[in-house]
Amino acid sequence: MLALVAAHFALAALCPALVRFLGRRTFLVVAVVPLITFVWALSLTARVTDGETLTQDVEWLPSLHFDLALNLGVLQWLMTLIVSGIGVLVLAYCAWYFEDDDPSLGQFSGVFVAFAGAMLGLVLSDDLLLLYVFWELTTVFSYLLIGNDPARRASRLAAMQALIVTTLGGLAMLVGILMLGQLSGTHRASELVSHPPDGTVATVAVVLILVGALSKSALIPFHFWLPGAMAAPTPVSAYLHAASMVKAGVFLVALLAPAFADVPGWRATVLTLGVLTMLLGGWRALRQYDVKLLLAYGTVSQLGFLLVIFSVGTRNTALAGLAMLLAHALFKATLFLVVGIIDHNAGTRDLRELSGVARKMPVVFVAATVAAASMAGLPPLLGFVGKESVFGALVEDTNAAVVAGVVLGSVLTMAYSLRFMWGAFGTKPGVAETSVEPVAAGFAASPVILAALTLALGFLGPGLTHAFEPHLDQFPETDHHAELALWHGLELPLLLSAVAVGVGLLLFWKRRLFAQLQALTASTWSAERVYRAGMRAVDRSAVEVTGLTQRGSVAAYLAFILLVVLALPGAVMVINLTDDLDVVLWDSPAQGVVGALVVVAAIFTARSRRRLRAVILVGTTGYGTAMLFLLHGAPDLALTQILVETTSLVVFVLVLRRLPEYFTDRPLSGRRWLRMLLGLAVGLAVAGFMLLATNARSGDPVSVDYPEPALAYGGGHNIVSVILLDIRAWDTMGEISVLVAAATGVASLIFLDTRLSGIRRVREIPYPETVEKLPTSPGRRVWLPGPRTLSPDRRSIIFEVVTRLMFHTMVVLSIYLLFAGHNHVGGGFAAGMVTGLALMVRYLAGGRYELDEAAPVDAGILMGTGLFVATAAALAPIAFGGVVLQSAQIDFHLGPLGDPHLVTSVFFDLGVYLVVVGLILDLLRTFGSRLDRQILSEERAAESAAAGGVRL
Amino acid sequence: MNANLTLILTASFLCGTGVYLILERSLTRVLVGLLMLGNGVNLLFMVASGPAGEPPIIGSAHAEDMSDPLPQALVLTAIVIALGTTAFLLAMAHRSWQLNGHDDVQDDVEDAAIRLLAQADEASDSHDLSQELTTDDPGEDTFEEEGATT
Repeated sequence: MLALVAAHFALAALCPALVRFLGRRTFLVVAVVPLITFVWALSLTARVTDGETLTQDVEWLPSLHFDLALNLGVLQWLMTLIVSGIGVLVLAYCAWYFEDDDPSLGQFSGVFVAFAGAMLGLVLSDDLLLLYVFWELTTVFSYLLIGNDPARRASRLAAMQALIVTTLGGLAMLVGILMLGQLSGTHRASELVSHPPDGTVATVAVVLILVGALSKSALIPFHFWLPGAMAAPTPVSAYLHAASMVKAGVFLVALLAPAFADVPGWRATVLTLGVLTMLLGGWRALRQYDVKLLLAYGTVSQLGFLLVIFSVGTRNTALAGLAMLLAHALFKATLFLVVGIIDHNAGTRDLRELSGVARKMPVVFVAATVAAASMAGLPPLLGFVGKESVFGALVEDTNAAVVAGVVLGSVLTMAYSLRFMWGAFGTKPGVAETSVEPVAAGFAASPVILAALTLALGFLGPGLTHAFEPHLDQFPETDHHAELALWHGLELPLLLSAVAVGVGLLLFWKRRLFAQLQALTASTWSAERVYRAGMRAVDRSAVEVTGLTQRGSVAAYLAFILLVVLALPGAVMVINLTDDLDVVLWDSPAQGVVGALVVVAAIFTARSRRRLRAVILVGTTGYGTAMLFLLHGAPDLALTQILVETTSLVVFVLVLRRLPEYFTDRPLSGRRWLRMLLGLAVGLAVAGFMLLATNARSGDPVSVDYPEPALAYGGGHNIVSVILLDIRAWDTMGEISVLVAAATGVASLIFLDTRLSGIRRVREIPYPETVEKLPTSPGRRVWLPGPRTLSPDRRSIIFEVVTRLMFHTMVVLSIYLLFAGHNHVGGGFAAGMVTGLALMVRYLAGGRYELDEAAPVDAGILMGTGLFVATAAALAPIAFGGVVLQSAQIDFHLGPLGDPHLVTSVFFDLGVYLVVVGLILDLLRTFGSRLDRQILSEERAAESAAAGGVRL
Repeated sequence: MNANLTLILTASFLCGTGVYLILERSLTRVLVGLLMLGNGVNLLFMVASGPAGEPPIIGSAHAEDMSDPLPQALVLTAIVIALGTTAFLLAMAHRSWQLNGHDDVQDDVEDAAIRLLAQADEASDSHDLSQELTTDDPGEDTFEEEGATT
């Protein structure tokens, strides 16, 4: 069974390719899969009708009670026959309906087959969650089918409407299914039906599932999506209305009725809505000029009818329901296919323009007559047999109001059946005869076959009764077993049928009078308008909420967030603030001095109007912070903070050369006072939080146990370093990735294309023509070749000399820091920063060529190598049977050279080092060299413009 | 545990001033504020890590005299990340100056448009396209119903 469903989807994926070769004949090829399904189901007839249930069970998600469980009993067998049989005929019909040059053919055929597959999966599912999956698949595919012509507004709207309405119901159903699953521990329909849970929760769950079924089957108040859905190509309408989609709801009700029909609210809901839907559909069908729309409202009416029967949940109503289900599938498919032929060959569906069509296409006319007669319930057709048994069962098992409603509905059915036949085929006085192209035999084949079945099955009532029996046995035994037959004797059902036919004839005969009556009672209210108002309300509230919350100003968002912090945690803090807080003024007076310095620097930063001053002052707070770190006993932090502050300062200055000297002038407006107030409040809140938090702390820190393992397993004396490289090495891994990302971002914002072209060596600079090139000995590089790369007014001899003295020292220091970091202050970060600073000094003293001489390597390559080394070091332990980022210690014995102790995490640290050096090199290349070049080219442009101006 | 008042006051002052600055429009000022806020929060880690002590290096001090190393490792990561953030924001400020002649953070234009719609009590632009016409209305390919014309 699973293979058949899968075959549909596989074939659907092939369709676009097939269409390219075969054109519209693709439909004939793809019809093979439904045909195999049909034959397969037919071959099971004997076994299934003997009461056997075929099952297939593939475990999928056992923890969720969600399995690929399929089963095939009588109900599923009948639905499979309908879905696949009508699927074959409609697909074959498509081969004549469409043209080869239709551009949407590939997509359409694929979606159609996939839709058939989803419908097949739906009716075969035993697991209700699986059923839900297929249920929503049919929704999605029907959305694509209805909106097949996206260029037309009407079809887009109809598709959207169908999607929203049925998805809404589907979601309600999902909740219901999950509730039932929670209640009884299974999602299997078969188990739920044999052991139905009860209680209020079960009732709510069943009602929610009903909402899903009713929305899918277009019952009031969801009915309006179905007439809209006829915007789809006619074969789709035929399949949607007759065999699938809307039948899904009917199928679900039929499946669950044996167990849940007695749940409070079930019958009341479905019977009321069903009868009302039947009447409303019939009433509106009688007002349509478009014969297809007439049929669509007819389907709405018939769906109400079908749900009424199935919802009663007794043996006899179930029999009548199955008969009616089959009858409806056959006649409705026939009629839609006939409309398709008329539309295709006569060019219109407007019954005011169609005239004399019967004579032009007699075969089609006969098929349509049989189908319409079956719809109206005339003997000796299947529709009559079905309707007879419905009347019989309803008279026995329900009340007079339901029977009266259904009879009235049947009257309307008779009337609109006549209206359809008269409208589509009749010869109307005063209307020119419609010109009709001849109908191809293959085009007419499908409706003719269906009509023939309608006729033949009318005589096979007893056989059908026998076939349906296993399904009926689920219901409580009754003293009277109804049987499907053409002749039951002169009883009440026959009389009701006669009344329906007679009054229906009368209605059609007096149709002008009836139309006037309808015009008088026409109301402007409709469910569709309510839906539209609802959609508008959703959209309007979205606009209001967005307008209210999305003010577009980043500062406003930040202020909102901070206000929430003040309002919620802040309020809790104020409530809990007590007098007996344990406070020390400082750990050492030096903290007080540095703290005061930092506060003063912060005040001046906020007041500063010059960019450079603000940057230097904030740097001061940073150095102050570093001092506080040192005083606290965190030398690693202090070192890194100082290096970072220095680097930041240089980078800031490099960029600030390009930005205006002063901030944009802003008056001391009310907003600024508000910002100050907010800053004050946040500062106070932070102080309060910290006071409370430190006083609330009573446990020991987790790190009290670190020293011993740090030495034993991490192999380092510096615990901070061991934490970074071993205990929390994943953090470090993430951190260097962030650095690479940030550097890449900077490079792309400044270079705008690639940074690879950045490196220029001194030897590439062309000598001016007047200068004779001096021979230099090969292999010897010139240090700080200022005369060639910098103009004299930008050089500083003292700085150059200092650079010559310092550069090597700094590099050596950084290498020391890299290797000493594990046991003393230092580490990859600090070492990388020091190397970076050494390069920075070279750049500042000698300009951009000097930088490239000092580090003739691309920053991106350096960072990439670093990341690679770190990753390799992280993964290497796996090769030795360890875990990622595990470190090992190796001792060497080098005799007189000593016994060096190597910890493998130093390789990881080496990666970190390379990334940091790459980052700083990148910053120098972008904010330094690149901006130098930009400034230079602007100066030259200005000069040449000035020169040009003089010449003019 | 004792709370170190000096550190708390310094840190919260830095936080407050940082907040004042990041609510500004100029991207450079926002960046300065962010750095200050970062310094303040890093100091808070020190407050939370307990009283000052000896550097957490085994062999140079007794374990019970050491300061807590774990917050230090976290702050070390934060400091280096701050450098990356600074560089990126500076590049953005520079680019903004290149394109617009200033480095002010602008209000979002789309948000302003939605605000205007909300003030005018109107639905969104796409709503009319997606919802208004239905089968109730005589439109393309649909027919008016009987009774409407007679």
